[in-house]
Amino acid sequence: MALDKPYADIPGTIIFDADQARKGYNLNQFSMSLMKAGNRDRFKADERAYLDEWPMTKEQKQAVLDRDYNEMMALGGNIYFLAKIFSTDGLSFQFAAATMTGMTQEEYAQMMLDGGRSIEGNRFVGESGNG
Amino acid sequence: MARITAGLSTSHVPAIGVAVDLGKTQEDYWKPVFDGFEFSKKWIAEANPDVVILVFNDHATVFGCDFIPTFAIGCADEYAPADEGWGPRPVPVVKGHPELASHIAQSVIQDDFDLTIVNRMDVDHGLTVPMSLMFGQPEAWPCRVIPVAVNVVQYPPPSGQRCYNLGKAIRKAVELFDEDLSVQIWGTGGMSHQLQGPRAGLINQDFDRDFLERLVNDPVELAKMPHIDYVREAGSEGIELVMWLIMRGALNKDVVERHRFYHVPASNTAVGHLILENKDS
Repeated sequence: MALDKPYADIPGTIIFDADQARKGYNLNQFSMSLMKAGNRDRFKADERAYLDEWPMTKEQKQAVLDRDYNEMMALGGNIYFLAKIFSTDGLSFQFAAATMTGMTQEEYAQMMLDGGRSIEGNRFVGESGNG
Repeated sequence: MARITAGLSTSHVPAIGVAVDLGKTQEDYWKPVFDGFEFSKKWIAEANPDVVILVFNDHATVFGCDFIPTFAIGCADEYAPADEGWGPRPVPVVKGHPELASHIAQSVIQDDFDLTIVNRMDVDHGLTVPMSLMFGQPEAWPCRVIPVAVNVVQYPPPSGQRCYNLGKAIRKAVELFDEDLSVQIWGTGGMSHQLQGPRAGLINQDFDRDFLERLVNDPVELAKMPHIDYVREAGSEGIELVMWLIMRGALNKDVVERHRFYHVPASNTAVGHLILENKDS
């Protein structure tokens, strides 16, 4: 019997569960390797060559090169691991979060100052929300 | 005899640590956040705890995908600030309390909580940001710290009920420790936030305010809230709030609320903060 996933109907959200963690193992471990300054230097010098040292899928590598965080999440990435990539780029959590929403940095920052994205309409897939 | 005198909860947003480290705490964006901790700094200077049991989550810093303990307790002499990708925070090394930590581990494991014992661990913003919020920028941290790390990264984290019960077991263990120590317990993380996907930026102020109120006055019922309610209502990362229940479980049923603070936003996150004292201490 398949595991119960009551969170599958939350809009705009990928829960990092056992299935995602299994898919994303190498992507996440690659991300974590960037916590060492020497690895960051090698990655920045030649991203493709550094990625090719890891047994990741072609799609995972391309998503990293494209800095497509939604795609990385879909391919098993978790935001706290992927944080090592945008930290290596010198970018903040707010920057990375904004890129996943289709909003500009300014629009996203303003939304947060205005109290954040409303929960109303954003609880279930199919509601009228913006998430 | 050691005793738990007080508990507090606070968010541990990494950008708060950056604001401290870069001297931005008085800027317009950050001042309201730090103003919310002015009382707290005075309070803790007076309370002067010997040891803080600091419940936090590691953010893929020490525990990657290779090892994912649901609950882990640090029994080391000290913990260095971690390099999370932009170099370690310029904060003091965190000094542990190996004797009390080992005592707690031995006690709660026999109470059926299977803690992972950790003797080497760098600590990330989840632990150091609460220290900065409460103590500012001292040369050395003024108390010992026992890190208790909870998995909230890979679903499922432990349930709120399990966390609440662990708090009770920790309290029992502390009270069986012979040395006369004043111990606080801190629950960190939250409040509502989501850092990923098109729903990123979610904030649910009604949920957060209700959570603050029930944590103080109705924790037994609050502990029964299922994971799905946290995730749906408070965002995929809002599930960190289960860690606050460990803190609450370690306190008396009735507590004195000394401070409550809530602010939106800090980066992507709603900041919440409570200070609770045990009535008989």
